[in-house]
Amino acid sequence: MKRFSQLFAELDATTSTNAKVDALQRYFAAAPAADAAWAVYFLAGGKPRQVMPMALLAQLACEEAGIAAWLFDECYQAVGDLAETIAHVLPDSGETSDVGLAEWVEDRLLPLRGLPPEAIAPRVRGWWRELDDHGRFLLTKLVGGGFRVGVSRLLVQRALAAHGGIDPKRVAQRMMGYTDGKTMPSAARFAALLAAQEEGGEPSPADAGQPYPFFLAHQLDGAAETFAARLGPVADWQVEWKYDGIRGQLVRRQGQAWLWSRGEELVTERFPEIVALAQALPNGTVLDGEILAWKDDAESGLSASLAGGPAPFSLLQQRIGRKNLTRKVLAEAPVTFLAYDLLEQDGVDVRDLPQRERRERLERLLAGTGIRLSPVATAESWLDFARQRARSRELGVEGFMLKRLDAAYGTGRTKADGLWWKWKIDPMSIDCVLVYAQAGHGRRASVYTDYTFAVWNREPQDDAEVEQVLRAIARKDPPVPGALQLVPFAKAYSGLTDEEFRQVDALIRRSTVEKFGPVRSVRPSLVFELGFEGINRSSRHRSGIAVRFPRMLRIRHDKPLREANTLADLEALLG
Amino acid sequence: MEDLVVQRPEGLYCPPGDFHIDPWRPVERAVITHAHADHARLGHGHYLAAAPSEGVLRARLGAIDLQLLAYGEAITHHGVRLSLHPAGHVLGSAQVRLEHGGRVWVASGDYKVAPDPTCAPFEPVRCDVFITESTFGLPIYRWRPDAELMASVNDWWSHNVLAGRASVLGCYSFGKAQRILAGIDPGIGPVLVHGAVQPLNEAYRAAGVALPDTRIATEVKDRSELRRALVLCPPSAIASPWMRRFGDAGTAFASGWMQLRGARRRGGYDRGFVLSDHADWPGLLGAIAATGAQRVIVTHGSAAAMVRYLCEQGLDAGAFDTEYGDDRIEADLAEPAPAQEGP
Repeated sequence: MKRFSQLFAELDATTSTNAKVDALQRYFAAAPAADAAWAVYFLAGGKPRQVMPMALLAQLACEEAGIAAWLFDECYQAVGDLAETIAHVLPDSGETSDVGLAEWVEDRLLPLRGLPPEAIAPRVRGWWRELDDHGRFLLTKLVGGGFRVGVSRLLVQRALAAHGGIDPKRVAQRMMGYTDGKTMPSAARFAALLAAQEEGGEPSPADAGQPYPFFLAHQLDGAAETFAARLGPVADWQVEWKYDGIRGQLVRRQGQAWLWSRGEELVTERFPEIVALAQALPNGTVLDGEILAWKDDAESGLSASLAGGPAPFSLLQQRIGRKNLTRKVLAEAPVTFLAYDLLEQDGVDVRDLPQRERRERLERLLAGTGIRLSPVATAESWLDFARQRARSRELGVEGFMLKRLDAAYGTGRTKADGLWWKWKIDPMSIDCVLVYAQAGHGRRASVYTDYTFAVWNREPQDDAEVEQVLRAIARKDPPVPGALQLVPFAKAYSGLTDEEFRQVDALIRRSTVEKFGPVRSVRPSLVFELGFEGINRSSRHRSGIAVRFPRMLRIRHDKPLREANTLADLEALLG
Repeated sequence: MEDLVVQRPEGLYCPPGDFHIDPWRPVERAVITHAHADHARLGHGHYLAAAPSEGVLRARLGAIDLQLLAYGEAITHHGVRLSLHPAGHVLGSAQVRLEHGGRVWVASGDYKVAPDPTCAPFEPVRCDVFITESTFGLPIYRWRPDAELMASVNDWWSHNVLAGRASVLGCYSFGKAQRILAGIDPGIGPVLVHGAVQPLNEAYRAAGVALPDTRIATEVKDRSELRRALVLCPPSAIASPWMRRFGDAGTAFASGWMQLRGARRRGGYDRGFVLSDHADWPGLLGAIAATGAQRVIVTHGSAAAMVRYLCEQGLDAGAFDTEYGDDRIEADLAEPAPAQEGP
């Protein structure tokens, strides 16, 4: 733990990417492989199934520190991170443990799973006595995850590649599935990440299902009028619709099929119809594409070559997280795989071929397989594409993907190997009123950054009626049934600059009406333009409506409260 | 019996003595606990403060009608016996002891109990009622010894010298800066300061506090010297064009708020040194206990939590709602950059 703790402190102490890679490299060089295997796992975002309830840890910390639960909560509100709160309240130990990371996880933490609290408590207390402030912080993080130390998976891969003297793309490929929790990190797995490249190459039978790291697109903003100058002629680009599904990779090798999601989760079992489609593919094939709920009877309008069309994401959502697939579910929410790239053909990695060549091979490969091909859109000019893009919402897509025809298939969000742009449609938006606020976590600890927004239940008659509602809120009167009121409908915590957050934070502190634990209700005074990607009816929300990916587009200082939108405006967006 | 100190719109007020303590609006008579901007403001008719604070008060407020009292020396005003006692916060900081009608009240101002080579140590004063600050009044705030912190500043500076880059350390110009200067190892490299810090260094030296030599950063033209330097400046300067002269510099911030990883990361500094001029949680509890007071009034900071905690300990605790600025993290970052120094 000492070594890992040192690494963490170094990572935490710098904002420089190079310094972080350096620190990681030094750690990989010095740490035993079994420990390094776990360090990679945690830093790359791995999170073991919880071995004990976090509430138990908090309770034990209160007892150890001799403070009441309410005082611990106050502390947690100020710190915004449970692990850090626990580390700060515990009395000094003056000790540091020499136990390695792997031993901590495998011999100490994992065996806790399923033990009763009274068996866990003495062990945790003993461990706290072995650890300093940093060690205690990390111990809680090992249980609960969420390191947030500014180290991305890409950065871990870069450091591993530099340490092992191998290609970062190869490390990335080997790391696919490393954190999925199916196999425990071990010295052998760590060594495999760094193994010298063999002639004739991977994959070994055990790794037959290994996918490739996904290539990610950059966001394209600005007016279409500028595209000719920025992107060059449309003839240099392959343009496809951008779908609102789950990005997926379909791997066909050794007579078997594997389906991976962007989150590097193996989702093969959830989508049997895609596995069935994959039977038509030759071994040694890997496709990149989109997992979509699909309506066969719909006119897609996306392309003459495509029968049916994409169904709303909410339908696909019914399939996610459902392990037990009944015939009814399969019939109500049928799913398909829309292929858009070829990464491996005849067992050969073809990612370095240009987009144009990969596309031609993909079209030939899929002919007669029953697997749908993402259609390529054509236009004379970027302005023509802009006109087509305006129809995205009615077509059930999110805009266009632009892929340079000479681009290789890169790794992650890099621009070194090729260029993909996502040209998304503007979000739906609504003007709404800030009514509740809560302090954020991590770097936003103790700053009010998480907001709840409301719309009017109906159009206010005049300013006087609005003023009446505000006075009732200030008096903490419950809303009168049938009268004008503000109905909360969405929460958002992103989209403002740090400076704007500071200003809104100050306003919230000045206009607080009531505190409910960490949440403050405020006397409404600010209108925000809230953007979101989708909207659905929901019985779980008081407003009857749920929005997807809500975020703040801007503060509308120019808008009086009376001009905020209404529930009816939201319903109109339901279409 | 009437309270010896009450809350008024313009600040804390002593009714029998007819004077205010650290008022935030202009009044006739002000007792000033220390020269930080939120406690010592312009516009009062008459100022009373501890003798060692003279230089810094005048440096900050200019020509004021200032009366000085040595620590422990008493005067009587309208029958209230008043004396000032070291608060250990910054040079010249004082607790105000008031005695009237057989009762003793003490208003702490800001204080810390850990030793500080740049000011007189905190002196516990027995009283019936203690008015205490509570800037860091939560159990998460526990400070490490100064020696350990100064060693980590020296380490950070030495590493930067090896990497060939300047070490720019944001801190309050008054108090924190001088405490750091007194603790660092000037053998590591040149010690430079922002123009806002230098006049306070001079006031400290004039008061007999030993500080290493410091030069104003803008007056140093030799780039190789800048790259080896430790530079102390107000936090706001780190985000200003003034920073450009240092090129790729290491940045850090010294403040009690740096105890929280979130605040550290929000500031975007390479390093945060947990160095505060306020008492930590054990320090506050120890100071309160040492007064023997049965009634405690909490002013700024985590007042609500501290009041509830003290009540649970059987004390009669309440709060004053003050306008001192230390209860928010951002306040620490918002010390205005002085106008005298351009980019």
